[in-house]
Amino acid sequence: MKKMLVTAGLITAFALPLHAEMVAPTQVAFTDGAVEGSLTGTAGDPAAGRVIMNKGAGNCIACHMVSDLEEFPFHGDVGPSLDGVGDRWTEAELRGIVSNAKEMFPDTVMPSFYRTTDFVRPGNGFTGKAAEGELDPLLTAQQVEDVVSYLLTLKE
Amino acid sequence: MKNIKALSVTASIMGLLAAPAVAGPDSDSLVINGELEMVTETAAPEHLDGAVGDTIYSGWRFRTDETQALQLDDFDNPAMLTVDKAIDYFNTVDGSEGKSCASCHEGPEEFAGLTASLPRVEDGKLVVLEDIINGHRAEVMGAEPWKWSGQDMQGMVALIGLQSRGMPVDVKIDGDAAPFWEQGKEMYYTRYGQLELSCANCHEQNYGNMIRADHLSQGQTNGFPVYRLKQAQLISKHNRFRGCIRDTRAETFAEGSDEFRALELYVASRGNGLSIETPAVRQ
Repeated sequence: MKKMLVTAGLITAFALPLHAEMVAPTQVAFTDGAVEGSLTGTAGDPAAGRVIMNKGAGNCIACHMVSDLEEFPFHGDVGPSLDGVGDRWTEAELRGIVSNAKEMFPDTVMPSFYRTTDFVRPGNGFTGKAAEGELDPLLTAQQVEDVVSYLLTLKE
Repeated sequence: MKNIKALSVTASIMGLLAAPAVAGPDSDSLVINGELEMVTETAAPEHLDGAVGDTIYSGWRFRTDETQALQLDDFDNPAMLTVDKAIDYFNTVDGSEGKSCASCHEGPEEFAGLTASLPRVEDGKLVVLEDIINGHRAEVMGAEPWKWSGQDMQGMVALIGLQSRGMPVDVKIDGDAAPFWEQGKEMYYTRYGQLELSCANCHEQNYGNMIRADHLSQGQTNGFPVYRLKQAQLISKHNRFRGCIRDTRAETFAEGSDEFRALELYVASRGNGLSIETPAVRQ
């Protein structure tokens, strides 16, 4: 037991500096739907963001068409095409839309990718059972930054 | 095969006449066994108040030609094997009373029109066909209840539904049905789960659009139980409701729950006027 506590203490000690600048999902500050500062303090990786567009909890192309991603099949058209979003929106606006699009577009169909509270009957992933404990956001803070940095590369 | 070809030809001709439309239902007509003409589009019921536009469409109109073809001829319809088994069950004694369905009922034909009117309120309770079947099994036959989405139950639901094939969906939404209908309507517009998606987000606001590889329909239930190719069996309405809500990352509701009975009534009412297609074939 003692050993475990010591280990836990060590991990916390090492982990703290890494998380010092991370903004928790409940602490994101929106201004007119935009989020000015980075959620992590670490620059987004557009290559990693590009992968999230097609996979896992990102799966952005399920609803959005993106010409740059045409090697991936089946782009949806529930949302607008993302071609040129890097010209149409600022980094802060894109961060706000990816984190919680309902701040800018209250009635949007788009899920909130960096939000963990105020859901109706939240589930435990796709099991159909009730969620246990606190929810994880659909994307991590760094994944949001990665997606935003990728979207900024989409110029007309 | 012949059917697929006929469909393709129709589709090509339509393609020449109409502007190329990517979204929306196609223009094919559904005629089953070469003689039974189905209404796959009609004026939207008044209670929708324009929410889906002027027209409601059967889900058949949103499927590929290959999937559509499987419903054109009962010999090609994979659901019919399960329906045939239900005919056997209809005539087979089960339970402590030594009775089969056929002990009291002349034949499935006796139930023409029943499915078109369900769900409906009986003695203050909202009742769907599964309730009626299990009720008779328990009270008249002394038999064990069937599981909601089991193939014995859904085969019987399909056999009885087949007797209404071609008749318009016509569920009552006023009077004693009104509170159940209101409950179902509220569920239809509730954005469930971590993805916060309501039935309406996909099947009202976005029918005709693609969500990844899925062509969104209006979510009509006039073909249920449907033979779903993905699962290779008959799928109940409640099973599909459960799956859709689960896929919003929500805590879903149980098959046979009062919530799903209410939702079944509301969704059926959105299809009032479409032909019953039971058993339909979907992707």
